[in-house]
Amino acid sequence: MARGNRDHPRPEDFLMPEFETHTFDVLIIGAGGAGLRAAIEATERGARTAIVCKSLLGKAHTVMAEGGVAAALGNVWPEDSWQVHFRDTMRGGKMLNNWRMAQLHAQEAPDRVLELEAWGALFDRTPDGRILQRDFGGHRYARLAHVGDRTGLEMIRTLQHRAVANGVEVFMECKIIRLLKGADGAINGALGIWRESGTFVVFGAKSVVLASGGVGKIWKFTSNSWESTADGHALALWAGADLIDMECVQFHPTGMIWPPSARGLLVTEGVRGDGGVLKNRDGERFMFRYIPPFYASETADSIEEADQWYDNKRDFRRPPELLPRDEVARAINSEIKANRGSPHGGIFLDIASRRSADDIRRRLPSMYHQFKELADVDITTDPMEIGPTCHYIMGGVRVEADTTATTIPGLFAAGEVAGGMHGANRLGGNSLSDLLVFGRRAGWHAAEHALGRPGEVVLDPDQIEEHSGQALSFFEHDPNENAYGIHHALQDTMQDLVGIIRTESELIEALQQLDGLSERAGKIGVEGHRQFNPGWHLALDLKAMLSVAYCTTLGALERRESRGGHTRSDYPDPDPKYFATVNMVTRMHDGAVTVVHEPLPEMPDDLKVLFEEPHK
Amino acid sequence: MTVDDTRTTPTTQTPEESVTLSLWRGDARGGELVDYTVPAQEGEVVLDVVHRIQAEQAPDLAVRWNCKAGKCGSCSAEVNGKPRLMCMTRMSTLPTNEPITVSPMRGFPILRDLVTDVSYNFEVARRIPTFKPGPPQADGTYRMAQIDIDRVQEFHKCIECFLCQNVCHVIRDHEENRTNYAGPRYFVRLAELEMHPLDIIDRRELISRELGIGLCNITKCCTEVCPESIHITDNAIIPLKERIVDARYDPIAWLGRKILRRPDPTPASVAAAFALTSQPHIAPAKTGPPDISTR
Repeated sequence: MARGNRDHPRPEDFLMPEFETHTFDVLIIGAGGAGLRAAIEATERGARTAIVCKSLLGKAHTVMAEGGVAAALGNVWPEDSWQVHFRDTMRGGKMLNNWRMAQLHAQEAPDRVLELEAWGALFDRTPDGRILQRDFGGHRYARLAHVGDRTGLEMIRTLQHRAVANGVEVFMECKIIRLLKGADGAINGALGIWRESGTFVVFGAKSVVLASGGVGKIWKFTSNSWESTADGHALALWAGADLIDMECVQFHPTGMIWPPSARGLLVTEGVRGDGGVLKNRDGERFMFRYIPPFYASETADSIEEADQWYDNKRDFRRPPELLPRDEVARAINSEIKANRGSPHGGIFLDIASRRSADDIRRRLPSMYHQFKELADVDITTDPMEIGPTCHYIMGGVRVEADTTATTIPGLFAAGEVAGGMHGANRLGGNSLSDLLVFGRRAGWHAAEHALGRPGEVVLDPDQIEEHSGQALSFFEHDPNENAYGIHHALQDTMQDLVGIIRTESELIEALQQLDGLSERAGKIGVEGHRQFNPGWHLALDLKAMLSVAYCTTLGALERRESRGGHTRSDYPDPDPKYFATVNMVTRMHDGAVTVVHEPLPEMPDDLKVLFEEPHK
Repeated sequence: MTVDDTRTTPTTQTPEESVTLSLWRGDARGGELVDYTVPAQEGEVVLDVVHRIQAEQAPDLAVRWNCKAGKCGSCSAEVNGKPRLMCMTRMSTLPTNEPITVSPMRGFPILRDLVTDVSYNFEVARRIPTFKPGPPQADGTYRMAQIDIDRVQEFHKCIECFLCQNVCHVIRDHEENRTNYAGPRYFVRLAELEMHPLDIIDRRELISRELGIGLCNITKCCTEVCPESIHITDNAIIPLKERIVDARYDPIAWLGRKILRRPDPTPASVAAAFALTSQPHIAPAKTGPPDISTR
């Protein structure tokens, strides 16, 4: 049977100086929204720019974003402004956000959205022909520009066409395994592997932008796609950059729970934004019982008030179903634990009894399709069964707000891989706007940094040989340890011990299990050859996932309070005196990960005022 | 473990709660179908079973996938000969009394196992001049009525799974057409640009002369396989054909060209305007500096 070359490769065949090499001013790792927006900006500022991505162009996780992109355009509610968006974002993040990032984000998001329209995106319209905006959790006004429930697809396609037209070079199906550093300690390139051929490729670059997305594949039930294996977080960590707030992981309240194979798939918050409500087994709209004091003044306390809010935001308060995601996910978790769940162990999300079938199909076409195809459920007539699913990591690489520069010269980070913007909990819709605002800033400052750096980069062959040799070593081991098995064990550990609700003893147990898994992962033996070998790719991805899982667990152990996406049953309340004022900073030193507390940047007085104002 | 070790007993002896996939394994030099049997689980899609085979029996089984939610268009394959997304094909919809065949898309060159070389599509994409809008309103924004964008939004639903390109017999059966025919996916892309209320570029000559819309003889194979149910033939290709005909055979325009002896707007001029001719393909291994726009 012809199955290609089955010989195991020998390291000496590949550890030759003739590595395929490309050099650019700016190298961008990741082709989701942030990476594409960075690439567009870098080319428009005159930098020779390349994008390298693990999948085909246009398949990145951004494509799965559903509900919309948050921007205070004021098209539906003229009262909206960047100040209100900023305030909503900071409060949603439980004030752990980097205030300057949240400010830039709120100020620049409208221009970034309008710019997409000038590049061909077609958002749904208001009756007077402007961009329509929809309600989402934690946003005071209808703020999300959207295209039905497939906004991410519209965004990625628009950016992809623009980047290609700008002449950005795209290296598809190529995984970066290590950042390379020059003698001066600055980042000057990256080492990658072509997935198709299994051969190495070296990129020299004066600036490198991490735009690699998230970490969801560390958990068992996740809305994230195959690619979200923590690559960028790990690359930064290994290179010596700081990570912050890695304990802050968002469990989206509404993931599919049945059938088992679809468990975790996202159900857009747009369902609730468009009128959907959460009910328990007894048909009770239980969210009214879970309104936290922090949001009591702005949340409706009766069904009558909540239902009038959709049409009159001036006189009525927001329904509790539209509290920020951390609050809703915890409430759902509590209802399920109290045995008030649905037959398959979730909660009911009902839009069928609230909106007409035509409206549902028009506003939520892919949700309709998803439930019909995968669960045999018609959401225009029946409620959906949903439960929390790992969705997003607020923590990430520490960056300078204005420039997206990390703590290592030449390395920039934007999008989900960067930390700080969303604090302890991200509001829905703020990710797509984050990608655009900070993707642009990353491309801009990476280009500026590169163009101001004279001469050519000098790559260090020792680093290339060391890391390529490590990547190939998996072929030398006996195939007793299998990457898939270790990945499943990692997902079980994190789901069970570092999930929505955490406690000290379980976190310590998780650290011990992670140590054991890391040891096993070092012994993974890969079968077959190097050409398009998913078993090998997963072994490489696992290295990143294990490093980052360790950071998350360590941060979670260290933050002895509950805040946003981080909930401790042994410290159930927020600690306004101490933990509200510090970031958990994880960094790697001599191969060991440490965590330290460092003070949050302090917000200037003119912004503090926004939080004193009496808001209804 | 070799693949042959994983060969399983014939389906007649398979317990009821098992499921057997017959997966194509091989590379550009050749290959064959190999049977794998795993326990059946409730509510699964084909991709779930492929993943379990990968995790438990064939760790080097090559398959492309990303979202497993029908949104990214990565896991295109032929299931029992029918072009499908593996992530949206429920096992319960397939007959289980015989092995379910899963093979790579036949319209593209094989790389390994279920993975094909789809770079042709990205090459075609590079040949299409991108969106260019007219001037905005005085306030810097654009106004469009929902009714005017409804039909274009249908085209924007495309997830680039390339199943339509896979089944289009103009390219599937005629390799030589790859240089002069865009294929259904890119007629959808061209239709979205041509019908975009703000776009000001005229791509009709490009569509007819270089991208060969005339070769499509409306068999609607593309429409049948579209997982997004885009009416590719009726809403994109036929209207484009009509526009080309209008442009080319409008008798007044024809007379005007004859009398004034002005040459047709040539595709070369269209292409030159956007510096799109002979763009090298998208990846890998390109030499020379990229085309940098400093707009």
